[in-house]
Amino acid sequence: MSILFFIAAAVAVIATLFVVTRADLVHALLYLVVSLFAVAVVFYTLGAPFVAALEVIVYAGAIMMLFLFAVMLLNVRADAPLRVPRRAWLGPLVLVAVLLAELIYALTLSGSSLRGVEVGPQQVGASLFGPYVLGVELASMLLLAALVGARHVAGQPDDGAGRPRDGAGAARDAGEGEAEA
Amino acid sequence: MANVPYSYGLLLAAVLFGIGFAGLLVRRNLIVVLACIEIMLNAAGLAFVVAGARWGRPDGQVMFLFVLAMAAAEVAVGLAIAIRFRQTLGSLDVDDADEMKG
Repeated sequence: MSILFFIAAAVAVIATLFVVTRADLVHALLYLVVSLFAVAVVFYTLGAPFVAALEVIVYAGAIMMLFLFAVMLLNVRADAPLRVPRRAWLGPLVLVAVLLAELIYALTLSGSSLRGVEVGPQQVGASLFGPYVLGVELASMLLLAALVGARHVAGQPDDGAGRPRDGAGAARDAGEGEAEA
Repeated sequence: MANVPYSYGLLLAAVLFGIGFAGLLVRRNLIVVLACIEIMLNAAGLAFVVAGARWGRPDGQVMFLFVLAMAAAEVAVGLAIAIRFRQTLGSLDVDDADEMKG
């Protein structure tokens, strides 16, 4: 049913608008999670269930968790109240409820009319490791370079002896620096 | 599914990209700037998937996977830069990093 596409698209646009306009960092990031869920529903209605699952797992799971970890490491909200006000729950709850209702509706349809031009995981995998295998290798090199680069950039600046520092040590030092400042 | 005109999918991608671009220009918090870049990358991936669904080919989804890997790499380096930014300048305001201007 194409109405699912339009509702999910509306949720995605509204949640993305909230990401851009919210002043509170954590609220903006949680709205971004809602937006990514909505885009996953859009992928599902377009007949791309594999990419929809990856959107939830990698984008909404891994990447957004990285964002929240960085926010916690940076201690951005040290001066903000830790308790989330009750009104802050209202927007995400309404948007997620709309998405959930859509999901239940789509599942009760048993996928009869949602399977127009579905391209399943098998075809994607065969294409990924067939003609695009060079791209997969390049993506692995890119991820390794990003890993090394992030470790290099986020490490301690004047650590002359070359003693390896882990992320927890860097976070502790950052916290001490803020306490002194 | 065949019921949705594919121009609407591309329209959604364009709207999301526009919102992300506006946020990139307006917001000054480094974390939010990175989130806006994520929104724009996600919109680009959505356009790829819509085009792949239009022709019933897996290539669009493969390209989305590459966009996904690039977004993960970008956000890892970007958040490392944010941590170093905070350590060096004591804030997350991108306007504070103006020491290289003429």
